Amino acid sequence: MDLLLTHPCLVPIKMCLAIPAKVINKKENLAYVDFGEGVLREVDVSLVDAKVGDYVLVHAGYAIQVLDEQEALETLRVWNEVLQTEV
Amino acid sequence: MSEKSRFRDAELARRIAEKLDQAMRNEPAVRICHVCGTHEYTITHFGIRSLLPSNVEVIAGPGCPVCIVPASEVDEAVEVARKGIIVTCFGDVLRVPGSEMSLLDAKAQGADIRIVYSLTDVIKMANAEKTKEFVFFAVGFETTSPSTALEISNRPPENLSFLISHRLIPPAMEMLAETEDLNLNGFIAPGHVSTITGLKPYEVFPKKYNIPTVVAGFEPLDILMSVYMIIKQQKKRIAQLENEYIRVVQWEGNIKAQELMTSIFDVVDSNWRGLGTIPSSRFMLKNEYKAYDANLKYGVKIEHGIDIQHGCRCHLVVVGKIRPTECPLFMKACTPENPVGACMVSSEGTCRIWARTTASQPSSTPLD
Repeated sequence: MDLLLTHPCLVPIKMCLAIPAKVINKKENLAYVDFGEGVLREVDVSLVDAKVGDYVLVHAGYAIQVLDEQEALETLRVWNEVLQTEV
Repeated sequence: MSEKSRFRDAELARRIAEKLDQAMRNEPAVRICHVCGTHEYTITHFGIRSLLPSNVEVIAGPGCPVCIVPASEVDEAVEVARKGIIVTCFGDVLRVPGSEMSLLDAKAQGADIRIVYSLTDVIKMANAEKTKEFVFFAVGFETTSPSTALEISNRPPENLSFLISHRLIPPAMEMLAETEDLNLNGFIAPGHVSTITGLKPYEVFPKKYNIPTVVAGFEPLDILMSVYMIIKQQKKRIAQLENEYIRVVQWEGNIKAQELMTSIFDVVDSNWRGLGTIPSSRFMLKNEYKAYDANLKYGVKIEHGIDIQHGCRCHLVVVGKIRPTECPLFMKACTPENPVGACMVSSEGTCRIWARTTASQPSSTPLD
C-alpha cells in the first residue's frame, strides 16, 4: 500500500501528466493496468477502446488514449529523416 | 532499448543540438512558447535551454491548470467546506492561495477536505457515506475534463456535486498570440491535452497568426525535436501545424471524450488568475445537469477574489514575460514550503519547477 501511495506514477499531483500502462485484464469499463515495476491499478477505460495487452495512457485514473506501438517505432525513423534534410 | 531510453538518447540529442546551431547561425532571434507544466519540467529538469542556440528562447506560458484557477473559485471551495460539506480535490489544488486562505488552511481549521487520486475515488466515498454531502473541486484542462464529463453522464450519487473549474488551453494560446509584446515565433502545443482535443483547435495559430505550431511529447528528445521543427518552418518562412508526438496524439483526438464534453458542458468566458478574462475558455455545466452544480446547490457564488498577493509577480511569470528568478519574492518570501503565488504551489507551476533546479538555469538576465 505504501508503494501505491508513494510511486511517482500514482501520486495525484501532476494534473496534465499522463502515464502509459499495459492492460492486464478488463471487465466492462474497468481494467487492471500495469504501470511497470509491479505497480498495478484499476483504471476506468470508458473513454477508449482498449483490449488486453494494449498500452494505454492513464490520467488521474482514466485511460485517455490507446498508444500506437508502430507509431512509437516510426517516430525515431521520422526523426532521423528530418535530421538528414537540410534547412 | 526501452521506450524511455530511446527517447533520451544522448547521441541523437547532440545531433539535434548541432543541427539547431547550424540552422540558427546569423539568424534573427526566435521566441517559442510552450503551454504545459510537464513540458517546463522536462525543459528545466534536463537542462534543455542550455542545449539551445543563444538566439532561441523557450518560454513557459499558462500551462499549469492549478496556477490559473482564480482566487474567487478557491474561495468558493473554502466556503462550501466551511458549511460542513466534504470537499474533495487533487493534491495540487490543496495549497492554491484563495483571497484569504487555501483549502489546506481550511482543513487546518477543521474543514473536511480530502485529496483523491481520481474522481472514481470520490464516487466510491459518496456511495459509502450516503448521509454526507460531497463536492468535487474539478480543476484541470482538457486532459482532466473528460473524466468529469463521463462521471456526470453516468449520473453520480445525489450527495455528490461539482465545482467546475475546467479550462481550455487553445483560447489561452490565442490570447498569448495576440499579446503584442510577447512576439511569439512558435508554439509547442501540449501533448496530453492534444490526446483529447486532436490538432484541429491549433489550426488557427499558423493560419491566422502565422505562428508555426508543433504538438510535442514529454521526453527531452520530443522537446528538442519540436524546437527543430519550428526552426525549420521559420527558416522556410512558412507556418504550419505539425505533430511531433505521433506515437500518442492522433489528428482527430479522442472523439468519444470530445462528444462527452460537448454533451455535458457549455463553454463560457472566464477569468484566469494573472491573465484576466479569456473569451470561451471555461467549461460550465449545461442546464440539464444543474442538479450537480455545487454553486447552485449551496448558494455559493463569489465574483471577485485577490488573485495576486502583494509583491507577487505570478501574472508575469504565467505568460512568460519574466523568469521566476526575476520575481523579488522567488526563494525569499515565496518558497515551495511557504508559497505566496500560485505558480509556486503546483508541481507544474513554473516557479515551483525552477525552485527545484535553479542552479541549472542559465543566467537570469531579463527578457527583453
